[in-house]
Amino acid sequence: MARTSRFNLGNKSPFRTATLWLIWGWLLIFALLPNILVIAVSFLTRDSSAFISLPVNIDSYLRMVDPLYFEVFVHSLWMAVITTVICLLLGYPFAWLVSKAQTRWQPLLMMLLILPFWTNSLVRTYALKLLFANNGLINKSLLTLGIIDAPIDILYTQGAVIAGLTYLLFPFMVLPLYAVFTDLRHDMLLASQDLGASKTQTFWHVVLPLTTPGIISGVLLVLLPAMGMFYVADVLGGSRNLLVGNIIKNQFLDARDWPFGAAASVLLTLAMAVLLLAYRASSRRIGKTDFNEVA
Amino acid sequence: MTQSLANTYTNPASPDNVLLQLTGLQKTYDQTEVLKDINLDIQHGEFLTLLGPSGCGKTTLLRLIAGFEQPTAGAIYLDGVQMAGLSADKRPVNTVFQQYALFPHMTVAQNIAYGLKIKKVPKAEIQTRVREMLAMVQLEHLANRKPQDLSGGQQQRVAIARAVINRPKLLLLDEPLSALDHKLRLQMQSELKRLQRELGITFVFVTHDQEEALSMSDRIAVMKDGRFQQIGTPIEIYETPANLFTAKFIGETNLFKAEVKGVYPDQPDRDGRVTNGRIEVEVCEAQVQEGKAALRNLRRPAFANDVQVGDIVNLLLRPEDLRIYDPKDDSHVGLLGRVIESNYKGSTLDSIIELANGHIIKASEFFDEDDPSFDYKLNEAVKVAWVDGWEWVLPEDHLTEPQAPEQSAAIQKTAIQKDVS
Repeated sequence: MARTSRFNLGNKSPFRTATLWLIWGWLLIFALLPNILVIAVSFLTRDSSAFISLPVNIDSYLRMVDPLYFEVFVHSLWMAVITTVICLLLGYPFAWLVSKAQTRWQPLLMMLLILPFWTNSLVRTYALKLLFANNGLINKSLLTLGIIDAPIDILYTQGAVIAGLTYLLFPFMVLPLYAVFTDLRHDMLLASQDLGASKTQTFWHVVLPLTTPGIISGVLLVLLPAMGMFYVADVLGGSRNLLVGNIIKNQFLDARDWPFGAAASVLLTLAMAVLLLAYRASSRRIGKTDFNEVA
Repeated sequence: MTQSLANTYTNPASPDNVLLQLTGLQKTYDQTEVLKDINLDIQHGEFLTLLGPSGCGKTTLLRLIAGFEQPTAGAIYLDGVQMAGLSADKRPVNTVFQQYALFPHMTVAQNIAYGLKIKKVPKAEIQTRVREMLAMVQLEHLANRKPQDLSGGQQQRVAIARAVINRPKLLLLDEPLSALDHKLRLQMQSELKRLQRELGITFVFVTHDQEEALSMSDRIAVMKDGRFQQIGTPIEIYETPANLFTAKFIGETNLFKAEVKGVYPDQPDRDGRVTNGRIEVEVCEAQVQEGKAALRNLRRPAFANDVQVGDIVNLLLRPEDLRIYDPKDDSHVGLLGRVIESNYKGSTLDSIIELANGHIIKASEFFDEDDPSFDYKLNEAVKVAWVDGWEWVLPEDHLTEPQAPEQSAAIQKTAIQKDVS
C-alpha cells in the first residue's frame, strides 16, 4: 500500500487520483465501516424496539462462554476442523497429482474442479439432501444391492453436515495447494535426493515446508466458511448440528439479539486474523517476502 | 535394459587411477537415442568438462552419472563399483545445479548441513564441518541468511559448499556459471579451480561455453548428437581438433580447401623422424593467389592414411595463425583480399578479410609496439599468409560424420526438450 501511494504522490494524473479515491472509498464504506459497526454493536445492549441501545458492556462476550453456546461453538469448530482435515487429506494428493499431470491436461482438470461453482451452492446442498434422504439415491442403491436391510440415517447427522461442507469447500483447498505445487521446483527435489535423502525424507524436509503456505491458505479458505455456512447445517444437519454461522444468523434474524450476533461475528473475524498471521509467517519463512519488508 | 547388479558389481578391469569408468553407455527416450555408446575414463582428481551445443546430450550424461536417470544400456563404474541401477541418494556423487536449487526455507548454514543431517551425522560434527565449509567459501558472515537474500555468486558458493561437505568422490557441475554475469563468471572460474585443487575432488563440469571449458579443464570431452567427438586436453582440442565440428565449435576457425598433390608415407618430419609420413597439398584458392600456386608439404594426419592424390582436404588456421602483408611485398606468398572490417580489441586487432573469391576469413594480430602504421583502412588491399606447417589438416565432413544428418536433427530436437526439462 505504502508503495502504491508513494508512487502516486508525484503523479497528478486525474484518472489515477480518481481510481485511487474510488478504491479507497469502496474499501472504507463497504469493508471498514461495516466491520467497525459490527464491533461497536457487539459492545452494546439488546433493545426490543430499536435492536440496540446503550450502555456499553461486554455481556455479549461473556455469554459466549455460557455452556449452552460454548457447546455449539465447540461442536461447530469440531465439524469445521473435521471438514478441513478431510479436504486437506484428499486435496493435498489431488493437487499434487494435477500438478504432475501433462501441462495440456492441467487446465481441463482444474476446470472440472471449478465447474460446480457455476451452480448455486444452496441448490447443490438441496441436491445432497436428495441423495442423503431415507428414500434417497444412496439408501435406495444400498437396499437394492442388499448391503443393508433398512435405510440408514444419513440426513440430519453430523456426518451429513461434514459431507456437505467438504463437498462445497473442497475446491477452495485444492486451488492454493495446486498453486504451491506448480511453484515447487523439480530441482529442489533432485537436490534433496542428490544429498542422500529418501523420498520420505525429501517429503518431510523439503516438500512439506515449501507447500506449507498453500496448506495454510487452503485451511484458511475451508475452516472459516465451514464455521459460517449456516444453510448447510440448516438443510442437512437438523437442529442438533449447528454452526457458528447458524448462531449469528439466528441472533440477527430470529432472536433479534444483535449485540450477541455481532460478538459471534467478531470472534470469527479474530479467528481468521490469527490464521492470516500464521500464513504470513510461513510464507516469509520460505522467502516469499516483499523485499521492502525485509529491508 | 539396466544390467543386473549381481554379476557386474565390480569391474576387475578398472585400473587404479581411474575413478569413473563409463562403458557402452546408452540412453533412449521414446525411441530417440540421446546418448550412443559413451565410453570414458575419468582419473582421480581430474577436472573434466563435457562441452557441446545445447541438446548434445551432455546434461543427460551428467544426470546418468548423478543417478537422476538410469541408462538404457551400459555400465557406470565408480571406483570399480557398478552405479547403474542405483538411485541418486545411494551414490557417493553430488551435484551443483544450474539454478543452484538451494532450499529457500533454510538458512545458508542449514542448506549446507542438509546432507549431513540426512545421514544422521552427530550434531557437533555437523557444526564443525559446516563452519569449515563456510570458511572455505568465505561466507561465514552470511550463515544465518536465507539463500534468496544472497547475490548470484554467493548462492553459487553455497551450492558448492552444500555439495562438497558430503565429501563426494565426484562432483558434478551442471552449467553452474551460466546464470552469472561476465565478470563474476571469470572470478568464479578461478575460484572453482582453487576449490578443486584444495579439495582434491574430481570434477565433471558441463558447459556450452568453449572459453570456460578451455580455461578450466584438465581434459575436455566435446559432444555432439549424443556422441563424443573428441576427448583431450584443451591444447589438443584447440590445436589438433579431430574433425570439422570440433574445429568450428572451439574457437574461431578459418578453413581453406586444399587438393592433395602427393602422398609420401616414408618422408621424415622436420625433426628427421618418420611418423606418419607427409603429404603435399595445394590451396584451392588459386584465383586469388598471385604467381604460381605453391605446394605445401605437411605432416600426414592419421585420418589421411587412405587419402589419394586429387582428394580434397581442409586446412584449418586459427585467426592468430594468419599474417597480413602488403600485397606488394614479394617476400611472402599469400592470398589476396581486402579488409572489410577492423575491430580494435585492446590486446589484439581483429580484421575480417574478404578474399578475391568472396571467401571471408578472420585474422587476429597482436599489437606491435614498433609498427606505427599498425592499422588497416577499410577496403585496403592485403595479402594473407601463414607460417608453413602451422595449418592443421582435417578431412571433409562425410569422412567423420557418424550418421545421417536428418536423423541427428531429430535427436537434437528431442534432446533439447530433455535439456530444458
